[in-house]
Amino acid sequence: MARRTASVSAIGVAGEMVPQVTVRGPSWDGRFTVLILFLPPALLLFTLFVVLPIGEAAWYSAFNWNGFGRPTNWIGLDNYRFVLETRAFWLALRNNGLIIAVSLAIQLPLALTLALMLAERFRGAVALRMLFFMPYILAEIATGLIFSFVYDGDYGLVASIWRTFGAEPPHLLASTDTAMLAVLIVIVWKYFGFHMMLFIAALQSLDKSLIEAARIDGATRSQALRHVVIPLLYPTIRLSVFFAIVGSLQLFDLVMPLTRGGPADSSNTMVSFLYNNGISRMRVGYGSAIGVILFAICVTFAFTYKRWFMRDE
Amino acid sequence: MSNARIIRAPLDPSVLLKVVFLAVIAIIVMVPLLATLFGGFKSLGELRVNPFGLPRQWEWQNYADILFSARYWQLLRNSLIISTLTVALTLIVASMAAFTFAHIRFYGSSMLLSYLTLGLLFPAATAVLPLFIKVRDLRLLDTYFGVALPQAAFSLAMSVLLLRRFFKDIPYELLEAALVDGCSYIKFFRYVTLPLSRPILATVGTITFVNSWNAYLLPLVMLNTDALYPWPLGIMIYQGEYSSEWHLILAFITLTILPTIILFLLAQKHIVAGLTAGAVKG
Repeated sequence: MARRTASVSAIGVAGEMVPQVTVRGPSWDGRFTVLILFLPPALLLFTLFVVLPIGEAAWYSAFNWNGFGRPTNWIGLDNYRFVLETRAFWLALRNNGLIIAVSLAIQLPLALTLALMLAERFRGAVALRMLFFMPYILAEIATGLIFSFVYDGDYGLVASIWRTFGAEPPHLLASTDTAMLAVLIVIVWKYFGFHMMLFIAALQSLDKSLIEAARIDGATRSQALRHVVIPLLYPTIRLSVFFAIVGSLQLFDLVMPLTRGGPADSSNTMVSFLYNNGISRMRVGYGSAIGVILFAICVTFAFTYKRWFMRDE
Repeated sequence: MSNARIIRAPLDPSVLLKVVFLAVIAIIVMVPLLATLFGGFKSLGELRVNPFGLPRQWEWQNYADILFSARYWQLLRNSLIISTLTVALTLIVASMAAFTFAHIRFYGSSMLLSYLTLGLLFPAATAVLPLFIKVRDLRLLDTYFGVALPQAAFSLAMSVLLLRRFFKDIPYELLEAALVDGCSYIKFFRYVTLPLSRPILATVGTITFVNSWNAYLLPLVMLNTDALYPWPLGIMIYQGEYSSEWHLILAFITLTILPTIILFLLAQKHIVAGLTAGAVKG
């Protein structure tokens, strides 16, 4: 950039290209105007609706406040204590952990396998890619409703399958034992296609000659896969894991139509816990404390992950 | 890969396994969607005994009733207004900022850019209560802007990054030549940068639109009047009203996801590229 600035001013003054001698032209020409016209809207919008609310969350979390008037009832760190003493908070945290575990253990291998199959060219490959990607573009609310039909104990698809075997259909979403499992299945159904597309994009930009070289040197197909292709995909795998974790930390829309976090908080995520306990009851202080905890988790995770696993990107 | 010959061999067991595997996944993806579509054509009684198959008797009435109701169109209209506002705000504000970051060197520019990218680190949900208070204090509660402004603010980080990267790739000689000819930065932005950047503007617009069209939490918190609800809120209320009349709910779901699916089929390349590229480059 410095070089560019130099050459602009050089041209402006002398009318021809001059080696980079004079840095910073004397005139701010139109650049100052651009600076004061073009930057403030973004900074204002961002500060007002993203940064300030996070700061305010930290402030509000020190009060017992229902949102009306001004916060006056200072209670220090009590809200954090209340959050940490709530069993539902730990359940929600556990559920977020479960979502991440399922993403890593089931969704990622599934997406990778499908990507390896569909990155090759054969008839129908593109159609299948699109089909598998389709659930990802559906709204989470719609997906949740569709699956609350699938799981419905009276009318649903699962119930119908159970009945053909002569069994009494279960109400999967209404039992504390199965609700979270049912939510996890929907998560894999909805998001595997996105991760598959990430892998397909990566596979298509791989250097094919490396794989061919390995094959010529006598590596079998599966050896080439394990020792050449997969290592080349490590950056994408790290990215996919990153998205799975970030996605889990903000999951909300999908849970609401399915279970609303219930029964008995058994399927809450962090955000649905925040909604049910803070927002829907207008407990601003308590809800803000949950928000700050979630914020701390997100930021800590993002920084640690980037530092440990994505140094080169 | 170099296995084209093997793929053509019809009886290779590994190929058979692959076909079966792909077919199973395809069925698992399609069945819930098709059951939803066809479920809307059934009567409640038939849905109970035949949730999987084609309708024995096609009940067009379910769909017709929704299509001729003011409610359905109002929900879509609200969603369209909110999404369009969000996209317009995001594109205008983000492209101006991205242009500044791409072409003008000033003290603190990299610091300000990192400041904006803080937005990538956490979801809107973390600060949604203070956000509610803020929107209320600005008297924007229960307005389209009360939803669109925060949504645009949260999509800024990603948008600025994507746009800046693209703007920087526009040949620098163009800007030099234009400046020499007396063109101002602002005119260059308007008449050169923006027209040249249609692909990335479309990508950013698509990401923002899909996110806003599907959003649930922010409208849920910011809107109180039924008449302003976007479709994700409306459909949750509809489901609450017709709790077990699944045939109507399924018809309603089908009709509300129809615009998304049509858009997807029309612009699939763009959407896939946008959503994955957006994710990767962010």
